[in-house]
Amino acid sequence: MALKVSELKVGDTYSECLVEDLKRTQIVQYAGSSGDYNPLHTDEVFTTKVAGYPSVFAHGMLTMGMTGRMVTNYVGDGRLTKYGVRFTNQVWPGDTLNSTATVESVENNIVRLALETKNQDGATVLSGYAEARVDD
Amino acid sequence: MAVDKFPIEASHILMFARSIGDDNQIYYDADYAAGTEPGSVIAPPTFAQSSAQFDPNYFLRPKIGEDWFGSGKEPTGVKKKEGGSGGGGGGGGGLHAEQHFEYHRHLKPGDVLTAETKPGKTWEKESKRAGKLMFSESVTEYRDQNGELVITATGVGVRTERPVDQ
Repeated sequence: MALKVSELKVGDTYSECLVEDLKRTQIVQYAGSSGDYNPLHTDEVFTTKVAGYPSVFAHGMLTMGMTGRMVTNYVGDGRLTKYGVRFTNQVWPGDTLNSTATVESVENNIVRLALETKNQDGATVLSGYAEARVDD
Repeated sequence: MAVDKFPIEASHILMFARSIGDDNQIYYDADYAAGTEPGSVIAPPTFAQSSAQFDPNYFLRPKIGEDWFGSGKEPTGVKKKEGGSGGGGGGGGGLHAEQHFEYHRHLKPGDVLTAETKPGKTWEKESKRAGKLMFSESVTEYRDQNGELVITATGVGVRTERPVDQ
């Protein structure tokens, strides 16, 4: 399941659809599991009337969590050594997200990946990197 | 944030994995996990963030007997302070701009962590979509029951002058 140095080339890509038509209920699930009950993510009345947004929106960490699923499906379980992201656009209920990892380098049995998650309009919602141990 | 005791529990990992739409058996099936390289159930890469559940003072969780700023009868349960500072994107303590994790080892059920957070850099930037942006960094060190550093997490939060234009 783990990646091998000999099978990796700079520029290789791996992609997954993270979610189709994101549901408010999944955002609620994430609030419950993570403990982040910020009303901006689950409380439409507060978010539209007080905060001034068109609707609730996903936790950045939900997008990072789903993107992490793509990464671990690629590099294998327990292999990550680093994982970092920037949240560049908000993710809304109804969004469909696709995520791609691109091999940037393979050195000393560590693969470095560039990560990008985009919504259905092609806007980048998350960009980042991951590093993982790979086998000889 | 300071968390004295963050117990890593199998059912919490299961619920967390479900919430990110990850049905990987390594997050819930101990028998399956025993035959994998990690050798046990492990937590997904972003699980450490749920240490908020064990932070007694975490401000984004309603607390018994305290006002909560989400809606009830009114759109918010807290009266807006006149001249209060920072829109924070309209309440809610601002938005999450960046998150970085460094894994020294992966978490598994039975671990009991402590977490200590220190403030990092702060900076400002002007943006077209949300006015002035005020960034602040915090660095959290998660240590296990033996005092070993297991995860270093760096978060960057941003407060915006006004809600982000869509």
